[in-house]
Amino acid sequence: MKVLRLRGRVQRDTTGERRSSFSADVDKVFKALADPGRRRLLDLLHRENGQTLTALCEHMDMTRQAVTQHLQQLEEANLVAIVWQGREKLHYLNPVPLHEIHARWIEKFERNRLDVLRNLKKKLEDDDDDKA
Amino acid sequence: MTKPSFVYVTYIATTPEKVWRALVDTDMMRQYWADPTDDDPAHENVSDWKPGSQWEHRRVDDTRMVDIVGKVVESIPPRRLVITWARPKDAGDDLKHSRVIFDIESHGDGLIRLTVTHKDLEHDPKMLEGISNGWPKVLSNLKTLLETGRALPRSPSAT
Repeated sequence: MKVLRLRGRVQRDTTGERRSSFSADVDKVFKALADPGRRRLLDLLHRENGQTLTALCEHMDMTRQAVTQHLQQLEEANLVAIVWQGREKLHYLNPVPLHEIHARWIEKFERNRLDVLRNLKKKLEDDDDDKA
Repeated sequence: MTKPSFVYVTYIATTPEKVWRALVDTDMMRQYWADPTDDDPAHENVSDWKPGSQWEHRRVDDTRMVDIVGKVVESIPPRRLVITWARPKDAGDDLKHSRVIFDIESHGDGLIRLTVTHKDLEHDPKMLEGISNGWPKVLSNLKTLLETGRALPRSPSAT
């Protein structure tokens, strides 16, 4: 719980990142994302939001305990939000921290060009898949 | 009881009272209920915020067009606000109203935790898509506004 309480403390780091909780938060987000298993969990929640641990485990090639730990780390990074429904613990993808990162580095005028690039990459890679 | 469609959480270095004010005060709302990187006009939510009252999600431009309407279900300052959410043409049809719940909790260390839960959207894929793009922007703008005193600047080309 200590870790949770430290999250977002108002601070200014040595690079002069803007005062507010951004700096501490953003470290946790990037650490949480730096693992294929945790990214897979976010993908699963993106496909179907509000899943239980049991439902998520069905699609994960690891122990239930490992999935629990990954979910805990995602929750501490505020990328996953928990809702209790009766005795069921439901996990929701929380994209708000990702939007803060997006808003920091991506400008309006870049968005269309980035979409074009993303679509091109997707199309070329799908074509390759067809050939294989 | 159906499970929520979306749950959004943000931690903000501020007080519950300031978050509440941001939810019900149109002057504050129009600063964060907008996409700073977009040409779309900002919006404000207009109501007396009493249980049973109507509310309107209105454009802040010359058209003053109303894009969303609903009713105030619960209003407990500065902790909880529950509203219904519908297209203006569905205002009279309660079955077509989804529900938005704002919960404001103290989190310690001068932080509050704001949770926005949107329920009963399953019947409306288009609205589902719109709100899943919209809420993260609105909440990250709100956080910036309350922590720095200003929302994100609109890019020069958008003004």
